[in-house]
Amino acid sequence: MAETTTAATAAAPTLEVRNLQTHFFTRAGVVRAVDDVSFTIGRGKVLGLVGESGSGKTVTGFSIMKLVDPPGRIVGGSILFQGKDLATRSEEEMRNLRGNRIAMIFQDPMMTLNPVLRIDTQMIETVQAHEKVSEADARARARDALGMVGIPSPDERLKSYPHQFSGGMRQRVAIAIALLHRPDLIVADEPTTALDVTIQGQILAEVQKLCATTGTAMLWITHDLSVVAGLADDIAVMYAGRVVEFGDVGEVLDKPLHPYTHGLIGSVPSRNKRGEPLRQIPGMTPSLLNLPEGCSFRARCPRAAADCIVMPELHPWLPQRLARCHHPHLEEVAAA
Amino acid sequence: MSAVIGQGAPAKDPVKDAKVETPFRRFVSEFAESKLAVGGLIVITAIILVAILAPFISPQDPYDLAVLDIMDGRLEPGSQSGDGSTTYWLGTDDQGRDMLSGIMYGLRISLTVGAGSAFIACMVGASLGLAAAYAGGKTDSLIMRIVDLQLSFPSILVALMILAFLGKSVTNVVIAIVVVEWAYYARTVRGTALVERRREYIEAAECLALPKYRILFRHLLPNCLPPLIVIGTMQVARAIALEATLSFLGLGVPITEPSLGLLIANGYEYMLSGKYWISFYPGIALLVTIVAINLVGDQLRDVLNPRLQK
Amino acid sequence: MSVYLLRRLIQAAGVVLAMSIIVFIGVFAIGDPVEILISPDADQIERERAVAALGLDLPLWQQYLVFLGKAVQGDLGRSFVFNEPALQLILQRMPATLELALAATVGAIIIGLPLGLYAGLKPNSLGSKAIMAGSILGFSLPTFWVGLMLIMIFAVQLGWLPSTGRGETRELLGLRWSFLTADGLSHLVMPALNLALFKISLVIRLTRAGVRETMLMDYVKFARAKGLSPFRVTFVHVFKNILIPVITVTGLEFGSTIAFSVVTESIFAWPGMGKLIIDSINVLDRPVIVAYLMIIVLMFITINLVVDLMYSVLDPRVRLDSK
Repeated sequence: MAETTTAATAAAPTLEVRNLQTHFFTRAGVVRAVDDVSFTIGRGKVLGLVGESGSGKTVTGFSIMKLVDPPGRIVGGSILFQGKDLATRSEEEMRNLRGNRIAMIFQDPMMTLNPVLRIDTQMIETVQAHEKVSEADARARARDALGMVGIPSPDERLKSYPHQFSGGMRQRVAIAIALLHRPDLIVADEPTTALDVTIQGQILAEVQKLCATTGTAMLWITHDLSVVAGLADDIAVMYAGRVVEFGDVGEVLDKPLHPYTHGLIGSVPSRNKRGEPLRQIPGMTPSLLNLPEGCSFRARCPRAAADCIVMPELHPWLPQRLARCHHPHLEEVAAA
Repeated sequence: MSAVIGQGAPAKDPVKDAKVETPFRRFVSEFAESKLAVGGLIVITAIILVAILAPFISPQDPYDLAVLDIMDGRLEPGSQSGDGSTTYWLGTDDQGRDMLSGIMYGLRISLTVGAGSAFIACMVGASLGLAAAYAGGKTDSLIMRIVDLQLSFPSILVALMILAFLGKSVTNVVIAIVVVEWAYYARTVRGTALVERRREYIEAAECLALPKYRILFRHLLPNCLPPLIVIGTMQVARAIALEATLSFLGLGVPITEPSLGLLIANGYEYMLSGKYWISFYPGIALLVTIVAINLVGDQLRDVLNPRLQK
Repeated sequence: MSVYLLRRLIQAAGVVLAMSIIVFIGVFAIGDPVEILISPDADQIERERAVAALGLDLPLWQQYLVFLGKAVQGDLGRSFVFNEPALQLILQRMPATLELALAATVGAIIIGLPLGLYAGLKPNSLGSKAIMAGSILGFSLPTFWVGLMLIMIFAVQLGWLPSTGRGETRELLGLRWSFLTADGLSHLVMPALNLALFKISLVIRLTRAGVRETMLMDYVKFARAKGLSPFRVTFVHVFKNILIPVITVTGLEFGSTIAFSVVTESIFAWPGMGKLIIDSINVLDRPVIVAYLMIIVLMFITINLVVDLMYSVLDPRVRLDSK
């Protein structure tokens, strides 16, 4: 399966999202959960999608899977997976991709596995949904996948129910399910947030290793900058449904262009800044139901000026560095 | 009325609106959000009026055997009486009794027995529930054990048991319904009272050394009213249905003063010969009554349930 | 598991004992058995002799112990009307009632589950709204009146189905059943539907609520993200989860179905124990009343026990907890 896709992959990046818009048509009004999101993930690369809760990260993930439920709907933009637009694919075509070429890992491992079905049932059905293999073969695949994510005695564990696993183990199972078909892309929605720090570290290391060896691209959705710093190649920062900054993870975290990214990094406690008061971004995230005109960060931005009343575009201020701002922190980059 | 309208439309003058907003008005406007419930309320009011005014508005006194003419028995709806003086809009039963009048008087009995026994059950249940919540300890667990045991048996079985013990009579039907229903009230009141009694105002009343009964009935009970009203409404419907069922089985009210259930039972034997109206129309009256009460009860629950309040 | 079972059995025995006291006091102490048991023509000496023979001169608690002792041996007195052991009378009629109640329960699941599933999957469609309105009616309609209307339509007007009795029966496992013959089945349809009506509404509501709740669960979305077919998502992932509460409630309702068959049996002249108890209350045949009540109580407690055990089989989480 991996061989057949290589030709296409060579030309196009695994995933290219352009001006994605996903809105929720609620009784109270239109919630613009995702409103202009663009980013690219190359083959075998990890993109960290960062933002506060409610910034539209998760909806972006579900939009790529095309699993946005009503009243939500993708209303604009394109999702190019290996050069082909997912937005125009039929549900049946999407179903063939899901779990097969594009897999997803959810946030809360306690909720992602069906409590009344055994692990083997839930794994074998995934194998058989996309390939005509015997149950014995599917079981062998499931066992190998469990072994790959570091679950001891996988044969026994296959016969267990989810409630017999700890949270970390359940997330490993979910990751194993995502890996069953060696997908080209994994959408991981805060997969380690609900876990203990030590387990988080183990899982991160394993995921990184897997991506490197299988060439799987990964969209890693998180609000934790430190996770992104250790794991991702690129970073996309989201604010109020839009990507406000995109670039190499090291460069962005080191010299952020957008004032929001700047503020975000400044508000992370660190050893170097001990004793200093923690900086915080003043004000609150705007309601997605009623976004202000122009730059949505305007009201909280220390650098806001009159021209911010016009919505800035995601502009390449530096090579491979994009920011959605009229007044980016260019002087700091220049000073370095 | 203006407040009711102001609620629905976007409030243009919040200050003015806030002035006229009383809890009762808010309750009325929230209740009126469901047109079905308002319709139900209108129907209930009409039914109650018919039941009260039956002696004045019914074409015939169905209990006065002198006016009944056996020759007019089992006439189809819309038939004329033998002497041409009256039209039987809903037909007649086997005794020549006008069904419309029978239903009006039947409603009186059904509503009285239903609402009356639901009311007594409410008194008994609420008192015991309050006592359980206030006394706590052994009293509480004893009362709640009985409640649990009783609720685990279906209402019809409990009612049958009571009637089997006491014999059949109207009083015993009322007793049976009270025994069936008190447990619902007791459980609800106890639950609410347990929450309420930890509130400061009860502590304050206790510090003032007010007599216990006063704390119970003047302070605790009024605060348990909303849930009590909700289940009370539902239980009236259940009581009417249960009375009808028991009467249908021949265990309820006497044949001389038939309730709706007994009217339906009377028509049962004529059903097979195609004389449907003797059972059909009382059944419709019963159905409309129960559905209307349930619609109102449903909406009351939505409005009065604090967990659902916006 | 066995400790759990033992505790449940002791609890159940306690309830049976409590109910036997209530029934005993209710039937034998509140009513005056002498009035019923002894012919009104009897003179004073005859009366006293009869009272002594029946043990009615003993203190109440001794009378109860005698009653209990006999009850344990299966002796619940003789019917005044049939002059047969009361227990035997009840047991003879039990299969008919059980068949009716079983048919109603199975019918409720067969009809209610698909309707509830549809209403849950497409909550805003016109069909779903009609189904939900129907279920409100199902809760409000008095069973006995619906029964009469069924007779009116299907037996009188259309003449499709017979209105009374069990029809032809065939023997299976030593008991006679209606559903094994075409004639018996046609007799069973209407009463079963009538009795099922309330439960159909219940199953619809439970299923719909369950579907709507389960569809929002992460594991359903995850199942979709795995690329499973909508059929498999609905009928394996969603269905298995809602089956647990639905089975539990319909199981628990089985007892009340048996109790409510009293009404249905009276309408359709179904020769079960419900019809017997109504007749017995009407003629004050107390031994039969006592036997019926005790049997029903026993059945109830057994059903609750069985449902509890079934629940633990269906839900793997409960199984672990009770081990």
